[in-house]
Amino acid sequence: MNTLIAITGLGVLCLLFEILNFRKAIVPITIIGLLAILGLTVSEFNLPESYYNNMIVVSKFSTVFSSLFIVLTILLVALAHDFYEDHPTKISDFIAIKVFMLAGAVAMVSFGNLAMFFLGIEILSISLYVLAASNRMNLKSNEAGMKYFLMGSFASGIILFGICLIYGAMGSFDIAEISDWSRSAELPIWFPIGISLVTIGMLFKIAAVPFHFWAPDVYEGSPALTTATMSTLVKVVAMATLYKLLSAMNIDTNEYISTAFINIIVVLSIASMTVGNIMALKQTNVKRMLAFSGISHAGFMLMALLSISTSAGSLLYYASAYSLSGIAAFAVILYVCKNKDNENIENFNGLGKNNPLMAAVLTAALLSMAGIPIFAGFFAKMVLFNQTIEAGHLVVVIAAVINSIISVGYYFKLILAMYSKEPNEAVAKTPFVFYAVAVVSILLNIVLGLFPSAVLDLLG
Amino acid sequence: MNNILNQIGIENYIFLSVILFCIGVFGVLYRRNAIIVFMSIEIMLNAVNLLFVAFSTYHQDAQGQVFVFFSMAVAAAEVAVGLAILVSIFRNMDTIDVGNLKNLKG
Repeated sequence: MNTLIAITGLGVLCLLFEILNFRKAIVPITIIGLLAILGLTVSEFNLPESYYNNMIVVSKFSTVFSSLFIVLTILLVALAHDFYEDHPTKISDFIAIKVFMLAGAVAMVSFGNLAMFFLGIEILSISLYVLAASNRMNLKSNEAGMKYFLMGSFASGIILFGICLIYGAMGSFDIAEISDWSRSAELPIWFPIGISLVTIGMLFKIAAVPFHFWAPDVYEGSPALTTATMSTLVKVVAMATLYKLLSAMNIDTNEYISTAFINIIVVLSIASMTVGNIMALKQTNVKRMLAFSGISHAGFMLMALLSISTSAGSLLYYASAYSLSGIAAFAVILYVCKNKDNENIENFNGLGKNNPLMAAVLTAALLSMAGIPIFAGFFAKMVLFNQTIEAGHLVVVIAAVINSIISVGYYFKLILAMYSKEPNEAVAKTPFVFYAVAVVSILLNIVLGLFPSAVLDLLG
Repeated sequence: MNNILNQIGIENYIFLSVILFCIGVFGVLYRRNAIIVFMSIEIMLNAVNLLFVAFSTYHQDAQGQVFVFFSMAVAAAEVAVGLAILVSIFRNMDTIDVGNLKNLKG
């Protein structure tokens, strides 16, 4: 609860700095503020409590995921200073929108009432519509913003309808009450329909097949920093929220729903992985490739829903591994494509000679995403696969292993371009923050890989 | 209030809002004019609001009506952002036909 208030306060503060003309200080102050909020969040870890008639419920799950979101936002805000160099007058708006987006994300994992869930998801999405279209002179950015807006508000409409049907079945918005009543055998048919609609809406936000078609276009058109936000922070937020929602609805114990639901998740998970990976193979634009890679990672994360009562820890681990390597990769992409109008693979030719450190970071990030050992991505996949086999879904795991092998194909395409091709132009000077963010996030990723139990045991 | 609801039946309210919702969905999927698409999204959200109020009376519980205020406020904010994006598209392209948004492909 304090986290949420503090984040919103920080957002307002960012806007005030613009008025007081403190533009230069805005990024450092926001980072310091977010670090303080991170400390505050961690201190609430062992103090589960609910506030305002159960509107907000602070639990281990919510504090851990909120901390992850805050870490990701710190890294993204750190990148913002150089990215928005050309628009010094707008930097406070961009930072403030990012901080408000974080408030939405935290509300989404700590909701105790469907009203709070809906408000959280809308705060998150509306901020993102603005960020996606933020390069307003650029036609691609406009188009990406419009497409994202149409898909996003369509999905919100579906989520709202689902919430309405759940309310109709249960007569309450309170998650704890809904959770109690959903154990009973006699439920109106509205309840499963409502859950399905909410799930469909969330799958839109996660960009899982068959609701993924907007993702490549939007990722390609948006400014690169927004793409980084969407493919790391937002995907993880939506996944954590869907997990929390479905486990609160007792999707696994209610035999009335569970069989059909589990089958659907199995199909969606396999389809997301396969479609994402196969489409990624033929992409030449790196942002588009990472969009498809994100779709396949959404499929992997959906596997966590198959053993929903025990997989909170492994979902957290997978989410942190994926998002940290994603941010490392995007820091390098931002550096390479800084003054270019596209993000094609040719831009990465010879990066291994021009800038060995950045090339090494990008290689490490891609290897982590592909699931090669010592990086966190490998252990994340291993834990998740283990859990899924224990839950008795061998088919999904076989599909997932095959897909991991396919994914190596397109990740290595980029790595080969960096090391085996000749550079086509002179070296540009790298701003220090890009190095710092890339190295910090990849180091965090490796540390997670070396000590998996540190994260896995947090949520049991 | 409850009397009327009993006479009409909650099912009919659900049918009405499902029909309105589907009209909205088809509007989003088939119309090409961005303003009409926005209106269709509003129809979807308002169909849900109608159902919220009906359920609220059905359960004799005010929470549903309060939720309607939230969803109306959110819908207003959403459309404000959408219209802003539309204005910048209109400035760059001189059209509000979403069928013309074809720069991103692959």
